[in-house]
Amino acid sequence: MYEKDGRKYFVVDGHTHFWDARPENRNKWGEGFIACFYDYHRNLSPEEYVWDKDKYDRYSEEDMVHDLFEIGYVDKAIMQPTYLKEFFPGGFNTTEQDAAMAANHPGKFIVNGSFDPRAGEAGLDELRELHETYDLKGVKLYTAEWRGESRGWTLADDAAQPYFELCLELGIKNIHVHKGPTIWPLNRDAFDVADVDHAASAFPDLNFIVEHIGLPRLEDFCWIATQEPNVYGGFAVAMPFIHTRPKYFAQMIGECLYWIGEDRILFASDYAIWQPKWLVEMFVDFQIPEDMQSELGTISDDQKAKFLGLNAAQLYDIEVPAEMQVSTEEEEIAIGSEPVSAA
Amino acid sequence: MTAVADVLGALERVRDPELDQSLVELGFVAGVEADREPVRVRLRLPTYFCAPNFAFLMAADARAAVEALPGVESVQIELEDHFTAGEINAAVGCGAGFVDAFPDHASDELDELRTLFRRKALMARQGRLCASLAADAIAALRLGELAGADADRCRELRAELGIDSGPDAPAFVTAQGAALRAADVPRFLRLARLISTSLEGNAGLCRSLLKTRYEGEVAA
Repeated sequence: MYEKDGRKYFVVDGHTHFWDARPENRNKWGEGFIACFYDYHRNLSPEEYVWDKDKYDRYSEEDMVHDLFEIGYVDKAIMQPTYLKEFFPGGFNTTEQDAAMAANHPGKFIVNGSFDPRAGEAGLDELRELHETYDLKGVKLYTAEWRGESRGWTLADDAAQPYFELCLELGIKNIHVHKGPTIWPLNRDAFDVADVDHAASAFPDLNFIVEHIGLPRLEDFCWIATQEPNVYGGFAVAMPFIHTRPKYFAQMIGECLYWIGEDRILFASDYAIWQPKWLVEMFVDFQIPEDMQSELGTISDDQKAKFLGLNAAQLYDIEVPAEMQVSTEEEEIAIGSEPVSAA
Repeated sequence: MTAVADVLGALERVRDPELDQSLVELGFVAGVEADREPVRVRLRLPTYFCAPNFAFLMAADARAAVEALPGVESVQIELEDHFTAGEINAAVGCGAGFVDAFPDHASDELDELRTLFRRKALMARQGRLCASLAADAIAALRLGELAGADADRCRELRAELGIDSGPDAPAFVTAQGAALRAADVPRFLRLARLISTSLEGNAGLCRSLLKTRYEGEVAA
């Protein structure tokens, strides 16, 4: 919970990791991957929040609990696994690794699972087992994950459809989608989110949370989100610009409010790339700069409260104390949300 | 002998197709050696995992641009610190295509990808051009009525996309090249602004990541 000027904000961190990128658990791809993550971290964090590389490779359970819950205002953190076993042989951040740590802190974490449709029938059984063990409410999908010779997959692949059916059957209703730089075939734009549009139409009872609001394809994300009421935007990676480039952050959140509205955008730190403490503090103090307000409007405290926690609480059935709720008598409809033909 | 400045001048005109900015401006040119053949151009990108398709296009375009300089006989492009540097350098070095570079992972060349991003870039460029015009005049304008660098950039890109760029053609077109209708102007402006926000935001991030990655090193 974060309190400012007498107002209390319930905070759900929608995207966190507990990763193992130590040298003994990585190959040359893994080394490149974590170096790239580290550049994001040191490039976009305030100086006092920058870690040394050794700590970044493998921070402790205590670090994570401290940064999220003791000083970071987070009421509930969602752990999003990223397996990356082709880069990190023991797994970068698997469901099992996350769950083992979460078990030590009851009530603090929501542990999401994952699936990879290239695993075929066996993968469906694995998903069932994962659900039985961890009672999943969501999965995180990384479409750029390498698997043998394959460099990725899409949500529109035939092989993926039985997995969504199984999610529906098991009550795993939150599908987080993260795009990366590779895909099959490699000549296509790997960051394109048109496949999310396809899956969201086919499975209207599942929620599709596009991580990083589709960055670097904000325009594609906004576009599909206007068409599909069950598409959401997760702000992991978009958040830290609030510090380094606040005007760009204003554009991103302003565009999201316009195209998809205040009910479908979700706060996330992407811990440990960034830490929720400074993100939450800066966000509550944030306003669209005056010279941009004629185009982008402003953001209200109620909208901030929804973004910081209430929207995610709805998706994950998290109980929120009454004093931190927002009355929802007047439903705000995003202006951009009427379907129109593509440009 | 070719001057480094000439090589840089040629590279100045090569754009990152994803960001619609020059490789030189973006700082992606790490070094040029032009005192002997082959002329060597070293390229570097903001991350080890930048998408291989765009990286390939930049390397291949850089080679073509430098090779077209008078007096240049051969060019060697060296993409550095990238997870597919080996594949890309080998293929671009012998003038091979994307499918040759990635026979197991590519189903086609990159023409479609390039066209898609030219269309995005056209929207963004038109959005910038619109910023100084009255919204109600936009649909009626002819391309010949517009002057200046931004207008020239739109003309250039329209020509590349095969969209009429003559003086009597409509000044503003949809990403697909259709004339903009008056009723669609507000939506068009909104979309153009969104796309230019996206492109400029990405370019900003790429610049700063590049700076972080190569702290202390100076670009060519």
